This record gives sequence, structure tokens and C-alpha cells, in this order.
Amino acid sequence: MTVRISNDAVALACGADAVAAAFAAAGVEVERVSSWGMHWMEPLVDIDGVGYGQVSADQVPSILSGDAKSIGRIEDHPFIAKQNRLTFARAGKTRPTSLDDYYASGGWLGLGQARAIGAEATIETIMTSGLRGRGGAGFPAGIKWQTVANAPAEQKYIVCNADEGDSGTFADRMVMEGDPFMLIEGMAIAGFAVGASKAYIYIRSEYPHAIAKMEAAIRLSAHLIAPFVVEVRVGAGAYICGEETSLLNSLEGKRGEVRAKPPLPALEGLFGKPTVVNNVLTLAAVPWILAHGGEAYASYGMGRSKGTMPVQLAGNVKHGGLFEVAFGITLGELVNDIGGGTASGRPVRCVQVGGPLGAYIAPAQFDLPFDYEAFAAADALIGHAGITVFDDSVDMAQMARFAMEFCAIESCGKCTPCRLGSTRGVETIDQIIAGNNVDANLALLADLAETMKFGSLCAMGGFTPYPVMSAIKLFPEDFK
Amino acid sequence: MTSIADIVAEHAHREGPLLPILHDVQKAFGHVSEDAMRDIAQALNLTRAEVYGVVSFYHDFRKEAEARPILKLCRAEACKARGVDALVPIAENQSRVKLEAVYCLGMCSVGPAALVGDQVIARLDATRLSSLLEAM
Repeated sequence: MTVRISNDAVALACGADAVAAAFAAAGVEVERVSSWGMHWMEPLVDIDGVGYGQVSADQVPSILSGDAKSIGRIEDHPFIAKQNRLTFARAGKTRPTSLDDYYASGGWLGLGQARAIGAEATIETIMTSGLRGRGGAGFPAGIKWQTVANAPAEQKYIVCNADEGDSGTFADRMVMEGDPFMLIEGMAIAGFAVGASKAYIYIRSEYPHAIAKMEAAIRLSAHLIAPFVVEVRVGAGAYICGEETSLLNSLEGKRGEVRAKPPLPALEGLFGKPTVVNNVLTLAAVPWILAHGGEAYASYGMGRSKGTMPVQLAGNVKHGGLFEVAFGITLGELVNDIGGGTASGRPVRCVQVGGPLGAYIAPAQFDLPFDYEAFAAADALIGHAGITVFDDSVDMAQMARFAMEFCAIESCGKCTPCRLGSTRGVETIDQIIAGNNVDANLALLADLAETMKFGSLCAMGGFTPYPVMSAIKLFPEDFK
Repeated sequence: MTSIADIVAEHAHREGPLLPILHDVQKAFGHVSEDAMRDIAQALNLTRAEVYGVVSFYHDFRKEAEARPILKLCRAEACKARGVDALVPIAENQSRVKLEAVYCLGMCSVGPAALVGDQVIARLDATRLSSLLEAM
């Protein structure tokens, strides 16, 4: 009998250690594995593939005696069976920092393939796969790699952006905590392809478990990726450092202020050297693509959105967790069919896709397919593919206010529309909420939003208007 | 006891060592004092203003010591959707534990969530938050 319990932070935060200890006390050996991503089930106990959900320590005897009710085979559960798990193929199955488990599940095949076919063909494979930056901007990864590869320099860098600050997202955290070798392999492939000898992974300080597991995995695998070197750097609680140029400044030991582009980081990035800055999910997709081929990856998805996206179902959702699926699935399928609607049982009022800078979307638009271009056409943002669900008790004027407040707290301060506009935005929404000159203040707010959108240096000030204006457009009754 | 000089020496060989140094100083001393900033600036050949600018930019670094235990409660959208705002008064109506806002712990499917040291706690409700505060 093999008992598996996750040691992902979600499982730990829901009491997994106490459950594991109870099994150990009963004389049963427990394997601590990554999370399946069925977060509403955590702590989830996996006994020879059969699952028991929301287990507490006092239920352990009844599970061992066979009296407890199981959810059946985890792999056959609709939440898992409907997914296309490429990046999360190992989720729930392997011990995160076990090199044996990683080898046994196809680890290092991608790096081996890259070394066998050479740097140019590796970049060609990424081009063929159609992989786009999973951090939010959706820029083709192959083109970025090609640019860095072509840039002449003694020293080049790979920078993995693991500053996953968007509320509603946790896929980066799950990769780092659940499959850290895969991410290291992805960085090593990128380094090999562009001629970089050093990688930094910038992890936010709010993720202590991810930091610990990445550091352990880097120690264990150093000899396998040498002479390539990976080093963890820890952020310090600044949301803006998820913006790539701000992240580079932070890595250099400076204030995390945004840099003007150009120059592109691909040409003048970290310490002025050519640098690939890729999100965790982008780099984590790379080993699979190299091992299975660019065409295999591109066979998933729709239009110019190729491959799969690890969608994160969050907020007031019944079945929250990680759902990796090919692009093209509709928002309604994700929220209602997969997510099961709200956790509170009340009607869904809206969802926010893409984190604090993403637009609110109402159920009337739930036929929107998950596709970069379709979302952009609807004035919305896929971003890092977090979907935060709200029920009908949400006050959208308060959410619009929070969007501005968050921008004011987290603005790096470099450009005026973002630094001042966000504070003026909070004040103006406060006037609207108080019922003072509502129409005039709404007009003023729309004008301010335009200024921030077109006048800000980066997406922080530039995209904050999306949640604000979409809230007003969809739910004007909350602003009267 | 570790000194500022020891910490600086440990990181001096790294590229862009300032943030790792500040993290370790804060870990060792609980905060980054004016004196510490001066010593770090001196050691790294930076101005005090540059070091102060970095310390004051990042929410993690505190310039004054905090004697109380700290509870970081997630106040971002996903935890709001799961009712964190209703819990805030519970944490505010006590003074033994220092309450700080944090924006996302990656627990967005099982919020409201909080961070105490390196321990993450999820599925908070009024009862669980009260007992968490009492236990701190």
C-alpha cells in the first residue's frame, strides 16, 4: 500500500502534515508528493491511486479500515480526466525533490534532446511549438530566444520570473513546489539554446515553501546541468517586480523601478547583458516540448494560441485548483462546468481574469474562448490565466476602488500617471461611493483611466483602468 | 552573534548582493537600522541614500524593530471573494499581534489565507482566525 499526501503549500495550509503524521503513527509509510491541483479536496489522501478528500487526522483509522468513503480513482475524476496535462503531467504523482522520481517520469529527456540536436535546432523547436510567454504578454518565446542567441556578448543570462504576484494565480508556485527539476531543466535548455551560462530565478518572498524546494532541487541537480548554474534570488514584497525590467533592477540590488523600453532586455537586460526573461510556466513547458517535439505541442490550442494553459480557478469557486487545458475552452466551461460555480452556492456575478490588472467579465460573456486574441478583442486579458470568481454579494464599486488602491500601494513611482493617477482614482471613486457629483466624477474617472492607460510606462498603471472601467461598464448600478 | 560585516562578507562575491544582504540583516536583527544601512553602504561602496532608497522601496524591509509577532493577512481579490474583509475587524480588535496586509500568498483557491513566519494557514473563518491569533 502506498499512501501519498501532498506537501504543496495549499495542502500544508489545509492541515496535510497532521494527516500524514496520523498515518505515520498508525505505522503506515507516507510519500509526500506534489499536489494534484484539486485544491478543494486538500488534504487529499491518495492510497494506491484512490482518493480521499478533505481528510482530517481523526479520519485516518476509518480510511485504513476501509470504512471511509473514497472519491474513486483520482485519475478518473472528471476534474483530472478532462485536462491536457503536459506541464503538470507529474502533479500528484512524484516526490518534488526526488531525482529518482524525476528520472523515472521522463525527466532530463528534453535537455538531452536539446544537447543532441544543438542550439539552433532547439530554438527552431520552440518556434515550431508556438509557445508564447505565459507571464501575461504572450510574446513568442522562440523569437525572444533567437534575439538573445543572436546578440553578441561574453556573458548572457536566463532570468526566470517567479514573482507571481497576481491574485488568483498559483501555477508558478505549484511548479516550483511540485516539479522544481522541470523548471531547472527548462532554464538549462534555454541557457544552452541562447549561450547563457547563468540563470537567476527571482522568487517572491511570500512563497517560502517554493524558495526552499527550488534551493534544494538546485543543489541536487547542479552536476546534471553544469557548467550551467542556477541561483535563487528572493524578492522583498514588491508586486511591481513581476514586471520584467523592474525585476532586473531588483536583481541588480536596486529599487524595483521600471525601465523604459527600448532597449529590450533581450539585448540589454541584467547588468546590461543580453537576457532571456521568461515566466515560470514558459520555461516549465520547454522540457516537454523538446522531449515530444514542437509539432506535438502545437497540435494543442487554437489560432495563434498554441499548446496548453495551466488555468487557475480561484476565489469564490466550488472546485478551485489547477486545470491545465488546451487553449480554446470557453470561460463558461471553466467557471461553471469545471469550477462548479461558486463555493457559496450563490449565483456568479462576475470573474476577474488575469490578476489585479485584468478586466472583470460578466456571465453574459462566458462564451469567450480562452485565446490571447479573443480576449484582447474583448478588452480583456488572459494574463497568467488566473480566474477569480465572485458571487452576487460583491460590491463592484469597492472592487474598482481596490484596483486603484492596489496600484497606489504597489506603483514603483517612476511615471506620473501611475503614481498620482492611482491615488486620484481612489479619491474619485470615494466621491462616487459617497454620492457626490456622481456623473461628473464618473466622467472624470473615465478621463483619468484614459490618461493612465496611454501615459503609463508599464502595465501597472496602464492596465489598472481595465478592472476599474469594466466594473463600471458591467455594473453601473453599483456606482449610483 | 552575526555582525553586519559577516553578512556582507558572505554575499560580497555575488552579483547585485544588496537584496540578499538586506534579507539576512533583517533575519538576524529583525529590522534594518540606520546604522546597518550606513555600514552596508560603506561596505558596498554605495551612498547611504542608495541603500535607504532600496530599503524603503520594498515592503518586506522594516526600519524599526517590531516586538510583536506578525500576522500577514492576504487582502487581495481572491481572498476578498472568499470573505477576508469580514475577518479584518477580528484581527484589528486586538493589539498583541501586529496585523499586516499581504497581496497574495498563492492560496487563491482556499482563502482567506495568512502567513505567520514561514507557515501558511488557509480556509480562515472567524473561529480559526481567533484561535490562530490566540496561539501566536
